[in-house]
Amino acid sequence: MTVQQSDLKLDGNAIAGLLREIFTMEMTTAESTCAGCHKVHAVGQVEVYMNAPGVVVRCPACGQVQMRIVKGGGRYWLDLTGIRSLEFSA
Amino acid sequence: MARTAVLGRLNWQLGNVAELVQETPRVASLVLDVPEWQGHLAGQHVDVRLTADDGYQAERSYSIASAPEDPRLAITVERLDDGEVSPYLVGEVRKGDKIELRGPIGGYFVWRGGDDRPLLLVAGGSGIVPLMAMIRHRSAGKSTTPTRLLYSSRSEDDIIYKAELGALAAVGDGLTVAHCLTRMQPPGWRGYARRIDRAMLEEVAWPKAQNPIIFVCGPTPMVEAVAGHLVDMSFDAASIKTERFGPTGG
Repeated sequence: MTVQQSDLKLDGNAIAGLLREIFTMEMTTAESTCAGCHKVHAVGQVEVYMNAPGVVVRCPACGQVQMRIVKGGGRYWLDLTGIRSLEFSA
Repeated sequence: MARTAVLGRLNWQLGNVAELVQETPRVASLVLDVPEWQGHLAGQHVDVRLTADDGYQAERSYSIASAPEDPRLAITVERLDDGEVSPYLVGEVRKGDKIELRGPIGGYFVWRGGDDRPLLLVAGGSGIVPLMAMIRHRSAGKSTTPTRLLYSSRSEDDIIYKAELGALAAVGDGLTVAHCLTRMQPPGWRGYARRIDRAMLEEVAWPKAQNPIIFVCGPTPMVEAVAGHLVDMSFDAASIKTERFGPTGG
């Protein structure tokens, strides 16, 4: 069976636990503004690919990479270059 | 209470397997006693962690199937033969075993109830699980929120919660259930016999003027097709919440 890249796409709900570890907050209801197209999406809506050594998060509107998250050796490595801002409840 | 359920670090805790329910040949529910469970919302999930003798750990996320009102926590798991976790949870686990889990997790794909807007629920395969938590929550809270479920399965034997859904729909409190079977239909089948398409959604969905809240959960291609049709039908995109699962699970 050939697995298409598009079939491997999940959404932000799939990384709710991982984001909760990092931010210690519920983050799927946070709103992220894409650094590429400036559109705003709930983190629950973003495209997520987990079939790699790390997690890749893409904007559902323009496809820009918003986040890359790697966890290993007791450390997190978090690249948020593609996010202009994250807004969430205090 | 809702606040403590949302904030703070999540710790791994142990749940005792109180009951196992074989829902279909490939799907089982694990009913767990979790002594320190702090409550959940319908639609949230838990992470389950298995640790091998050599220390190797595998984690997977499973939707909670039980209503928030239920004192015990239920998850429903589909066995994927090449998976790392699901073949253990469906087939190996026995009553009395302990399972390591953390949760509740998530907040985007949840339904709290107490809202006048009708509900449209669209499920594919085991995507029914978080929607079942919503249906059970609706029933446990004596809610009469008008609710329509459109549920796609491969065959009649693959329908999860078939008897319970039939019984809840028969109560006559505003829940209707429409099944579609994509691969095999029994003789005399009166439900849909194809994949969910726009014509089917137009028959099942609420009129746009009623402004329904819509939840869609299933495999990625199904979720994207359904969400696309609903947007084309001019439903408010902000009212359509989706949750995808794919072959990376298991």
